[in-house]
Amino acid sequence: MANGGARRAAGTLESKIMAVLHRAGVPLTTSAVQARLGEELAYTTVVTILTRLHAKGLLVRAKEGRAYSYAPISDEPGLAARRMRAVMDGRPDRAAVLARFVDSLTDQDERLLRDLLEGA
Amino acid sequence: MDLDGCLPLAVPVVVGLAARPLSSLLPPRTATWLLTATGALLALTGTATLALFALAGALRLPLIAALADLSQRVLHRDDPTSPPVAAVAGALTVAALVAATRTAVREVRALRAAARTARDLPGDGLVSVVEDAGVEAFALPGRPGRIVVSTGMLALLTEPERRVLLAHERAHLAGGHHLFRAVVRVASAANPALWPLRAAVTYTTERWADERAAATAGDRRRAARAIGKAALAAARDPGRVVLGIGAPPLCRRSRTRPGPVPRRVAALLAPPPPHRHGLVAAVALLAVLAVTGVQDRASDLHQVIHRARQGTAQSRG
Repeated sequence: MANGGARRAAGTLESKIMAVLHRAGVPLTTSAVQARLGEELAYTTVVTILTRLHAKGLLVRAKEGRAYSYAPISDEPGLAARRMRAVMDGRPDRAAVLARFVDSLTDQDERLLRDLLEGA
Repeated sequence: MDLDGCLPLAVPVVVGLAARPLSSLLPPRTATWLLTATGALLALTGTATLALFALAGALRLPLIAALADLSQRVLHRDDPTSPPVAAVAGALTVAALVAATRTAVREVRALRAAARTARDLPGDGLVSVVEDAGVEAFALPGRPGRIVVSTGMLALLTEPERRVLLAHERAHLAGGHHLFRAVVRVASAANPALWPLRAAVTYTTERWADERAAATAGDRRRAARAIGKAALAAARDPGRVVLGIGAPPLCRRSRTRPGPVPRRVAALLAPPPPHRHGLVAAVALLAVLAVTGVQDRASDLHQVIHRARQGTAQSRG
């Protein structure tokens, strides 16, 4: 139960941190993000979320002294879908809400699909 | 504990096990309605049964019996619910209600978030094309719902295949498929035996949209090819790996059974599934058995309470 709440909170925090970085317009270090969030969040929590957003391909980071500084990849419309996907990905209910045209494939699925299409 | 009274607890297990076969055997629209309605009904009857067991046990507590003016002697004689069973049933009732409520709240939030995202999409047409090399397309429910298609997906498909894609996503929005999925998720939160219905209804709503798309295209084979092509291209899309979208289902899915996409393509390459009225009737019968089980249990308890009331009146007179 606590887990579900934590995950939901993480999705909200991701959106908040993205908003902070967009507003800033310049790369921010973890502590700068933490300061601008205006809520009591542990440094490690902010690091975790920034790392996750970076892994999702939403942020670029550069070494600045001993810490990383983060910036949104770009705000061009080209990234709208990707960002949306990533934001929905942070929600536990993504699968129910997004009716996607095609789902992911296992290697076995991929072989099976190729066989099916060859016959078609 | 009589066997009839336990039917509402046994039927969900049977329906849960039958969900995947049913999702393949029945026409997708029928399967979606049947599984969703049955799932909701079984979640209700199962929880009601647990609550009745708990209530029967609670009446035997001296304090409650005294407050309700019930004869302890009659209750002990006529009601076979043992206190440990009642205690477990009570705990399970609370757990089911809490889980269902939490899931319902989460579903509503997710749908609202989707509606907000749909509203904020650029443009005001039904279809929002976003500049993205990735192969992606999805329907976002909302008022109105929107369809998001990446330029990568459009570039991949031929014009007739694009019509298949759009017909598929439009069918999701027009059919309110997200609502079926939400109902099943709440039902399976209340009763874990119904868990397989989640994947089954996600699959049948996809199949429902596929069949609509195939009908619009007038060509099942073309619809099958469009889906297969998009899935194979999306599997090669490195963006997905970065975003980790495909990862969790891959871990969960069994290695031996084919996943939803090959099943959908195979279903489109085969003739449409026939109406199997017998099968639908059998599942409906199971649901009816569960309802009558609850009714019997409720009327039994009602009679026990009635006799226990008389019991106290007699002992005073």
